[in-house]
Amino acid sequence: MRKVAIYGKGGIGKSTTTQNTVAGLVELGRQVMVVGCDPKADSTRLLLGGLAQKSVLDTLREEGEDVELEDIRKKGYGGTWCVESGGPEPGVGCAGRGIITSINMLESLGAYDESEGLDYAFYDVLGDVVCGGFAMPIRDGKAEEIYIVCSGEMMAMYAANNISKGITKFAQSGNVRLGGLICNSRKVDNEKEMIEKFAERLGTQMIYFIPRDNDVQRAEINRKTVIEWNPEAKQADEYRGLARAIDENDMFVIPTPLEIEDLEELLMDFGLMN
Amino acid sequence: MAIVTADEKLRQWDPEEIKAKLISIYPPKVARKRARQIMINEALEEGSPEIMANVRTIPGIITMRGCTYAGCKGVIMGPTRDIVHLVHGPIGCSFYAWLTRRNQTNAGPDGENYMTYCFSTDMQESDIIFGGEKKLAQAIQEIYDLMHPKAIAVFATCPVGLIGDDIHTVARNMKERLGDCNVFAFSCEGYKGVSQSAGHHIANNQIFRHVIGENDEPKEGKYRINLLGEYNIGGDGFEIDRIFKRCGITNIATFSGNSTYDQFASAHQADLNCVMCHRSINYVADMLEIRFGIPWVKVNFIGANATAKSLRKIAAYFNDRELEQRIEAVIANELPEVEKVLEEVRPRTEGKTVMLFVGGSRAHHYQELFRELGMKVLSAGYEFAHRDDYEGRRVLPFIKVDADSRNIEEIEVEPDERRYRPRKSPEEMEVLEKAGIKFKHYEGLAPDMPPGTLVIDDLNQHEAEKLVELLEPDLFCAGIKEKYSIQKLGVPMKQLHSYDSGGPYAGFRGAINFYREIDRLVNSRVWSYMKAPWQEEPQLSAAYVNG
Repeated sequence: MRKVAIYGKGGIGKSTTTQNTVAGLVELGRQVMVVGCDPKADSTRLLLGGLAQKSVLDTLREEGEDVELEDIRKKGYGGTWCVESGGPEPGVGCAGRGIITSINMLESLGAYDESEGLDYAFYDVLGDVVCGGFAMPIRDGKAEEIYIVCSGEMMAMYAANNISKGITKFAQSGNVRLGGLICNSRKVDNEKEMIEKFAERLGTQMIYFIPRDNDVQRAEINRKTVIEWNPEAKQADEYRGLARAIDENDMFVIPTPLEIEDLEELLMDFGLMN
Repeated sequence: MAIVTADEKLRQWDPEEIKAKLISIYPPKVARKRARQIMINEALEEGSPEIMANVRTIPGIITMRGCTYAGCKGVIMGPTRDIVHLVHGPIGCSFYAWLTRRNQTNAGPDGENYMTYCFSTDMQESDIIFGGEKKLAQAIQEIYDLMHPKAIAVFATCPVGLIGDDIHTVARNMKERLGDCNVFAFSCEGYKGVSQSAGHHIANNQIFRHVIGENDEPKEGKYRINLLGEYNIGGDGFEIDRIFKRCGITNIATFSGNSTYDQFASAHQADLNCVMCHRSINYVADMLEIRFGIPWVKVNFIGANATAKSLRKIAAYFNDRELEQRIEAVIANELPEVEKVLEEVRPRTEGKTVMLFVGGSRAHHYQELFRELGMKVLSAGYEFAHRDDYEGRRVLPFIKVDADSRNIEEIEVEPDERRYRPRKSPEEMEVLEKAGIKFKHYEGLAPDMPPGTLVIDDLNQHEAEKLVELLEPDLFCAGIKEKYSIQKLGVPMKQLHSYDSGGPYAGFRGAINFYREIDRLVNSRVWSYMKAPWQEEPQLSAAYVNG
């Protein structure tokens, strides 16, 4: 089983990209489990056709310790297993601790067992690495390959660089590696070239460039992945392409994060090219 | 065997050499810092040399200090008997702070005493994740329904601060809802501050803010005082109150040994504040003076002579012939018994040596008793004191404010519009000062110690053992954490936080108890009979096995 975590700046499209890609992997015949690590619990909406999932933490709170695997995971599109970690309302408690608790719960219930026949476990993690709890999937070998979703916008690249720092730190003590950058295009000038260069500087690759297409939003309104909503759509092929690239990927590195001056220089170079 | 007297012992060692040996094992940076916390005492024109205090303990060093929660819940608030102390956090913090400090209580005629109960919200993992505010409100309601106390105090433990539970809002809302129960909270997470001293501040500030002045119902008494910084360990407060009663002095409020909510609430009615533990409470005395006009003096009821001296100070303040005579009669009546015991004990304690590292005042106060016993203090220091406790209040304007001290809230106080009433006019104060009463005055520990002695702040395990090895004292005084390691070195050890199982040691009867206890300790050779394996067989031998 490959254990994959998707990180990236808040609002960059992690959940959308993850679910659409998972749909592509399903078409390749892969058995996948998606674990949403966001208190909002909206990481599996497109696979389940709506916010129909009771989170691990809510279940734990209501049922006490008597929890079964069936209570916290649900079958979604193409037989994917969908889990939402969940968490507190904004402004109270500790969401990071919640993620730790819920991943531990999944493990002890056997969600990752050989008998489950999983090819992939995907973690969709909230925003930047904000504290220990959110780093949980890349610590202790919960996730072994990381893909960072970014765009050519400065803050997205800044976040990607920061996440790389986190990976570098945990790579020393474990086996987590960076699998590549996924560029979710925002139609920034020279975006593709810039992210390719950025990836090179980080010691990794731009594993895929997803062009901007409003079909993604149309599918989302229908609570579906693009592949499910319109298998013929051009964008569906893009996600199939990304799924294949991940499935065939064999480049896993410990990243070399940039100094902030170098990152800004990179932005200047590509921003001023025209 | 020749008997080495304390004077000879003092002459035998060179304090510079001892200091160098204490810090020789440290890396250079650590040694530099510790060197500034180890002061060789000198009698300077302006008091004593500077010592660094109230700074962070260096990680890796086994300190004698406690945490902020311990200072707030354990030391200051713990001894109050009719306020329910609710610890918001996982169960351990509450359980291990439950009845561990030997601050005694007497339920009195009202019978209200929650000391023997242990209240906790018992936070579980889901409370950490989703926040513990609802559970806290529920716990407060439960306590109210069960006990109907006058007040409930909420204490934050570390995780509460980390997840940001708003305990003050919960307390305020519950106070409103309950109507006849004062509810207030303390942000006393253990990780705050450099020692338990931060917790003392947090506790005192909230008591000042939420309780003092709440009861204006007049308190009777001709000579009304508050006793600040006396925690009734082993019944010290009971003995002091016994003496006050004999003298006709009314103690409105003790902060906080065997205290009640009503005592705190009425404290603004006293006419004099007597400060025992300068460290833990001098700022409350200051605030009481600014807001209500009550002057304060430093007192010490540890030691028979110190007790007599403190009583005379109170008499001089009230400047009343009747009180003075009554106090003199009490002293004349109490002292002969003390002197009789001392006469018997002193030949056996004279010349013995002692070290004491405890508290923020105790290491100073107890030197009185040791002086009475004819014993020499070789070295002393505090765990959590600030520079003014060592060098006196004259250094207050020069104490460096650092990031750690800024973290601890200081409240601004103004004169109470209705109740501010200077107890003495400026002229009267001047007369009293001329007569030798020093207000707002504390000289600190160092000027009271002989030149050449070592004054050490925040002593640690390594230095304690080294000191004992180098100076071979007849007695070592500290707390429970140090007790057994010192005894293993063959030296008797007396706990001056909790008094082991003894006490009271304050006042006249307390002095007698102390004389007997110290006599027993320094003249029993039981610890010296104990030999560690390496003392009996200094070297382990081994041989290679040819295989």
